[in-house]
Parts: sequence; structure tokens; C-alpha cells
Amino acid sequence: MNKSINKLLKNKPLIVLLVTSVIISILNSRFLTWSNILTVLRQTSINAIIATGMTFAILIGGIDLSVGSVFGLCGAIAASMISSGTNVFVVVIVSLILGTIIGFFNGTLITFGRMQPFIATLGTVTLLRGFILVLTQGKPISTGSTEASAAFGNIGSGFLWSIPVPVYIMILVFIVAYYILNHTRIGRYIYATGSNEEATMYSGINTDKVKLFVYSVSGMTAALAGILITARLGSAQPTAGAGYELDAIAAVVLGGTSMSGGIGTITGTAIGALIIGVLNNALNLMHVSSYYQDVAKGIVILIAVLLDRKQKLSR
Amino acid sequence: MKKFLSLAITITMALSLLAGCGNNDANEPAETNQANEPADSEGTNGEPKTVGLAISTLNNPFFVDLEAGAKAKAKELNVDIITLDSQDDSATEMSNVEDLINQDVDLIMINPTDSDAVKSAVESANKADIPVITLDRGANGGEVISHIASDNVAGGRLAGEYIVEQLGGKGKMVELEGIPGASAARDRGQGFNEAIEGTDIEVVARQTANFDRAEGMTVMENILQSQPEIDAVFAHNDEMALGALEAVKASERDILVVGFDATDDAKAAVEAGEMAATVEQLPKEIGSLGIETAVKILNGQQVEDMIPVDLQLVSKK
Repeated sequence: MNKSINKLLKNKPLIVLLVTSVIISILNSRFLTWSNILTVLRQTSINAIIATGMTFAILIGGIDLSVGSVFGLCGAIAASMISSGTNVFVVVIVSLILGTIIGFFNGTLITFGRMQPFIATLGTVTLLRGFILVLTQGKPISTGSTEASAAFGNIGSGFLWSIPVPVYIMILVFIVAYYILNHTRIGRYIYATGSNEEATMYSGINTDKVKLFVYSVSGMTAALAGILITARLGSAQPTAGAGYELDAIAAVVLGGTSMSGGIGTITGTAIGALIIGVLNNALNLMHVSSYYQDVAKGIVILIAVLLDRKQKLSR
Repeated sequence: MKKFLSLAITITMALSLLAGCGNNDANEPAETNQANEPADSEGTNGEPKTVGLAISTLNNPFFVDLEAGAKAKAKELNVDIITLDSQDDSATEMSNVEDLINQDVDLIMINPTDSDAVKSAVESANKADIPVITLDRGANGGEVISHIASDNVAGGRLAGEYIVEQLGGKGKMVELEGIPGASAARDRGQGFNEAIEGTDIEVVARQTANFDRAEGMTVMENILQSQPEIDAVFAHNDEMALGALEAVKASERDILVVGFDATDDAKAAVEAGEMAATVEQLPKEIGSLGIETAVKILNGQQVEDMIPVDLQLVSKK
């Protein structure tokens, strides 16, 4: 019993989340209503899914800045396929595969091209943004009002047992990612590569393969999030996803994952994404002027990371 | 452990501080209202109603003015107003509208970031039985009780006619378009092109600069490089016009720049003789009419489903 309390106290991100939530619910009675909790979860799902892939990239000591663009491109492709009446299942699979291929391409640049992950993915950000503009001709693509688009819309705005569908998808993504990182060989390789790449390589592990896998995952989760938001809005925006990489990175770091790799967990990222989601929602509920909202978010992120950092240093 | 506790306390304090300044902002009128309630009930009947405003961005003076107009009118009519900023992102807009629904506001005014993407936000409000009004940009779906906007086609025509007159019906020009697909961009372009139709004015370049000043400048710089002869520029908003103006000034060429919106910056540029003209939309009027219409709806009155707001041309006399 004592042990589990100790363990809980060590989980700084969770405590930040709980403390923040308690304060907010004291300040605003609407925060803890069932419908608002569902809203927060649904709003968080997009960033949480992107952040899951980002966790993989950051765990190996890399980064994936292209997630926002992959998000936008796959959303746009999904929208244009749906509007031409393609089967929903096919659309989802094709978009996911596309995202995975782009991620694999990032991985190839980083491994075989020997490029810094920051630079390689920064390049693909611009490249993919360009593709999106070419594809959409700068105009939003509406999914239309066919039978396919109605079915597609359900992925983003539907409910199952009165819980929004994206929430289930987010939880599923967490479970799969948790399983991969904790119970598979590739998961252990990811931590090993992040902790000490050379040592991992000398012990006979193909770290290039690990990296290719990691960036493919990141591309796929970004595509999944892009599909969800397109389904939710019924339209793909040419500018969709711009800046989303920053929210994802913030969620990962808030969750206690080290930017230098090797340390971090999926549960941490889940909590990190929730902290950001709760803040976004609560600042709205508390009528904080939008100009102050960014100030508030920045402060909380800095404090949370500082808190985590201090703890790690004092160890 | 001690360190952690102290940090937790810091967070608590920082948050309550921020909540404090937010609350002062939003609740100040509410408190005065409650004090005045018995005496003042010409706006809404009984309890002050709450209207939510999901605004496309507060990073653009035009929409800041729109919000100011709405706020002023809300104070006058004893209505509480909650403004949320969509930061030009449809997903944020969706979240903001959901947050407004969760707060049980009595009516939601949406100034959409995009007419298509706002559809599901409007539908969410419909589902929660909260009436919706759209401001400035329309919604291509869902049930909207009333749409309040400038007559952009007429405004575009106003600008076009002014340019035709200034150029004597002949010349080459550039059209800087707004965010593609946004109805304001479409309508202004339509009005403008109607006005120059049948004259000897030729549009040699037509590109989007997404209603953005920096983009307006770079796009114009590129066009200046490729087009040796340009007599006039019409930009779908002042931000782009002012960006284009910077590019024109740097090139030291003599080009007539006409914008749209009449923001303070643009009016100053017109006054200084740098910009030729701008079409004055009345954003404060849009916001204020929005609140007036909202109050009518909340009092059960009938309203028009399309309420046009007048425009005027501002040029140096």
C-alpha cells in the first residue's frame, strides 16, 4: 500500500494533472461535468495520438517535426477520396499507409541519408505543405454529403455507448504503443538505441531498422489523427495541422520523456496530452482572455518540465 | 519531496492568479449588471443572458474591432459575452464551440474560420438546442438562424469602380486574393471582377496571400519581379494591401494600391497618400448588430436570415 502511494507520488506528470484538475474544478463547477469530461477527452485525442508517435521518435533521441504536415496531407487525401465516393475502409487504410510511407521516407533520410532528424523532418514539413497546396489547390476539400461521407463522419463525431469514437481510438493507440514499448523486442531496442546508440549497435542490433520503424510509426499516428479531424470537421483544410508538432512535443515532454532519448513512457505522454487538453478547455471555461491563454499554457508547461527536470537532476 | 511540494504550490498560485485576471476581465460587466439588474432590463428580460462568440482570430485588427463592437453592445443591452479565439484553425474552433456548449450559453455567435469546416460545430450547437448566428463569414451547413455580414460583392464592386475611374478604364492590374474558399474572398473578387468587366483593364496576376500581411508582401515582391507593367493592385483585405504596399515602395514603382476593411493602419496609409483607397467595412457594426440580433432571438422575436451591413469607400480627398 505504502509502496503504491510512493509510486504515485513519484509520478510527477500525474500529480500535475490531478492538482491542475482539482484547482480548476474548484474554480469552475462546469469542469467536472460528464459532458465536459467527454469533450476534453475528444479534444485531447487528436494531440494524444500524434504525441504517441512523437514519443517513439523522441525515445530514440530523435524528433519528428513533419507530423503536422503528414496530418494535413493525409487528411486532405482522405477527404478527396471520400468526396469521390470511395469506401470508408479503403480510405482509412490508404491514408494510414500513406502516412507510414512518409514516416519511412523520413527514416530513410535520417538513417541512410545520415541527416539530423531535426533537419530531415524540417525539410519534409515544407515539402509536404507544398504537396497539400498542390493537391487542394489552396482550397478546403469538403467530404461532401454522400453515404460514404456520412459513414466517414462517424469516425470523428460518432458515439459508441455514449462515448465519442475518437476516445476509443486514442485508448487503443495507447494500448498498442504501450504493448510495443514494454513487451516486445523492438520496444527494448527503442529504449536501448535512445540510451546509447553506439553500444546498441555494437551489441548486434540494427539501429537503422529501429529508426525506420520509429519514424514509420510516427507517420502513421499523424495520419490517423489527420483522418480523425477530417472526419470530425467534414472538410480538410490546406492549413490543417500547422504547428501541431509543437503541441505533440509539449505533451511528450510534459509526460516526463527526456529529449535526449532513452527515458520516457507512453502513460506519461497520455497524461501530458491530457494536461494540455485540460488547460485548453479550462482556460476557455474560466473565460481567460485568449491573449492570456498562451501565457498561461507556456507557464504551466515550463513549470511542469522544470519540476520534472529538478527531480531528475537531484537523483 | 519538499522541492516538489513547493513547485506544486507555485503552480497552484500561478493558476489561480491567471484565473483571477481572466475572471476580472470577463466578470466585471457581469457583476455591475447584477447590481443594476432591477433598474435596467431593457435588453434581455430577467436574468442576464450569456452569448458565446467563437471568433476566427484575435490576431487581426478587423476581428478585434468586431469583438469590441459586440462587447460594447452587450454591455449596453445587459448581456454577458464570452469570446473564444479559434486562432484561424478549424479544429480549435470546433473545440471552442464545444466548450461554449458545455457552459450552457444561451446563444452562440460564430465567426467561422472556414465556411465548410464550421458545419459540424454548428451541428453540435443545433444538437444542444442552442441557436446559432454567423458573423462575417457564413456556414455551409447546419441550422443558422441569421447571418450578419458586409455586402462583400457590393464592396468589391465599389473598389473595382474606383480603380476603373482612377485608371481611366485602361491598364494592367494585380488581384491579391484572400483565403481560398472563404466566402469573403469569393464575393469581393466577384464584385471587383464584375466592375472591371467590359473595360480595358487586364488582370495580369491573380494570387492568394491568405489575408496575411507578410504573405502579401512576398507575393507582391514576386509579382513585381515577373511583371514589368503594373498600374494597380486590388487586395481582398488591408493586411495584404499593406504588405503589397511595402513591396511596391521598395521597388520604387508608381502603383495604385486599393485594400479592403479600412483598418487603422490602412486608413493612416490612405491619409498619408501611400495607399490609394480602402473599402470600409464596419466590423464594430457587425459585432454590435450580432448582439442586437441575438437579443431579439432570445426574446423570441423574428429576425431576417440574412442581415447585410453597409460599406463605404475611404480615399484621400
